[in-house]
Amino acid sequence: MTASAGPLQQRAEVLSRKQIGAYHILTLVAPGVAERCRPGHFAALAVGGPESGMLLRRAFSIYRVRESGTYGGTLDVVFDVHGPGTAWLATRGPHDIVDVVAPLGRPFALPADQVPCVLVGGGYGSAPLFTLADRLRERGCTVHMVLGASTEQRLFGALEARRSAHSSVVTTEDGSVGVRGRVTDVLSEVVGRSGAAVVYACGPMAMLAAVAGVAEAHGAWSQCAVEEAMACGIGVCMTCVLPVVGDDGRTRMVRSCVEGPVFRGDRVRWSDVGTVPADALGAARGGP
Amino acid sequence: MPSPRDVDLRVDLAGILLPNPVMTASGCAAAGRELDAFFDVADLGAVVTKSIMLDPRAGRPTPRMAETPSGMLNSIGLQGPGIDSFLGQELPWLARRRARAVVSIAGSTLGEYAELARRVGSSPGVSAVEVNISCPNVANRGMVFACDPYQAAKVIAVVRRDVPRGVPVFAKLSPDVTDLVGVAEAVVAAGASGLSMINTTLGLAIDPGTLRPVLGGVTGGLSGPAIRPLALRCVWQVHQAMPDVPIIGIGGIKTGFDALAFLVAGASTVQVGTVIFHDPGAPMRIVAELRDELSRRAFTSAAQVVGLAHTPATDSLAATDLEGLRTP
Repeated sequence: MTASAGPLQQRAEVLSRKQIGAYHILTLVAPGVAERCRPGHFAALAVGGPESGMLLRRAFSIYRVRESGTYGGTLDVVFDVHGPGTAWLATRGPHDIVDVVAPLGRPFALPADQVPCVLVGGGYGSAPLFTLADRLRERGCTVHMVLGASTEQRLFGALEARRSAHSSVVTTEDGSVGVRGRVTDVLSEVVGRSGAAVVYACGPMAMLAAVAGVAEAHGAWSQCAVEEAMACGIGVCMTCVLPVVGDDGRTRMVRSCVEGPVFRGDRVRWSDVGTVPADALGAARGGP
Repeated sequence: MPSPRDVDLRVDLAGILLPNPVMTASGCAAAGRELDAFFDVADLGAVVTKSIMLDPRAGRPTPRMAETPSGMLNSIGLQGPGIDSFLGQELPWLARRRARAVVSIAGSTLGEYAELARRVGSSPGVSAVEVNISCPNVANRGMVFACDPYQAAKVIAVVRRDVPRGVPVFAKLSPDVTDLVGVAEAVVAAGASGLSMINTTLGLAIDPGTLRPVLGGVTGGLSGPAIRPLALRCVWQVHQAMPDVPIIGIGGIKTGFDALAFLVAGASTVQVGTVIFHDPGAPMRIVAELRDELSRRAFTSAAQVVGLAHTPATDSLAATDLEGLRTP
């Protein structure tokens, strides 16, 4: 196997768990995984321990990886507590074991040329954008970041954005820090000013839809990482589908875990997410 | 006590020889390819592929799943690429990997089942056919085939007619019936080589925010360890009524002991389904655990325990070390 091939399943030891604002950062020792990760890949964690009644894995984008160190390769995921599964993760500490499958999904596509890029994160959706910023800068791209959240507590990585990017803008809906409003309120200006060729985004579906629209309006490509609910994360359960237009112009219900989570923003039928469009391949009614 | 590696896991399932009794359940392993990252699919007893229909099918709207206590509800709606793509891409891949393929087929009319049986039956590399009869019957006001012994038997009869003699046909039964043994007897009389039991049981979940059903398809199939006792009861009842009919036990199998429980209840083989979502390595872990469970009870083969729970308990285990066996 090559270093970039397929996912691994490991019983990973927790190295640390830190709380930052409203979120938790879990660092797992997962030798072999780190080397395979690219920005945009995600990890699927089993929750509740060996006797758990919670069967479905929780998927998180990968924040950072360290290929080697005192403890071997590690990976970091960021999460928010919003149910019993993430509440269990929030009680993990050093030496606890978490079953992890990673890396999963298709990562962000990187531009071949040295072009300006804008990276947009909503809430902790910003987590995968920092390693992406590193890769883009290594390739000679100019990186601008726009991070937004409802409150300062729910912003993730605003300080890091200042270090990682050539410019950064922060928005909060309550105005507790940065520009009052949403990322989409400032995005058009940032994309226009930077002359961005690619806009990368990760966050809630409505934000991604808006980002894809702004990119389109400026003639830029967009690469959107979706956060669709998944049961398995590895492509076997067929629960995480959304309507995406293929190269042949046909709409198909595609799995966000293996064909995504990163999609070209102009290919996702954002307003039809949650439905099966009548013209989708194999739709029950209508369609060719 | 035999060492685990001396335990013979080979089983004969309606005339096909499998290296071990553990298969993947339909709809939980796609067509095997995705699981190949976690273990060699050729090491499984067999791969049961996701139910295939004649035409491509987009399935139901999302949300398609809801986590429930020790289980989940799903409402996928048999999304799939259709038989042409399956026979052109997926089946040849399984054959190249030397995996045994049990092909699950699903239709909405008798004609569709017959056409699928012809197409699948004439394809190389098919070890067996499993007939998913938990589909609405378009010609009978959408009533599910599996819930009516007469309609269920008609499906099995048309499929059996078009599948070559040497390829066994399994009917996958729904637990959502009043007289399960009656349905089982009807499909066996119609030519089923054996029975796969059970399919999911219908359930519903309510969203605490919207106070409306969680699933886009409103109701969904309940699966996982939550339904294991129900599945074991079904296997037990049907094996008791028809001890010579091969049964594939399915329902919430998570450990080697769970697999053993299905074997002693009367199943010849088992399928692992929903637990794959939790632990993609589960099928081969369960093979190893089953070997250990048999060995520590001084059994030398998997075949010898099939139906054992129907015979009176003896003190035959007294000679072995029962330490730790009481609370699996």
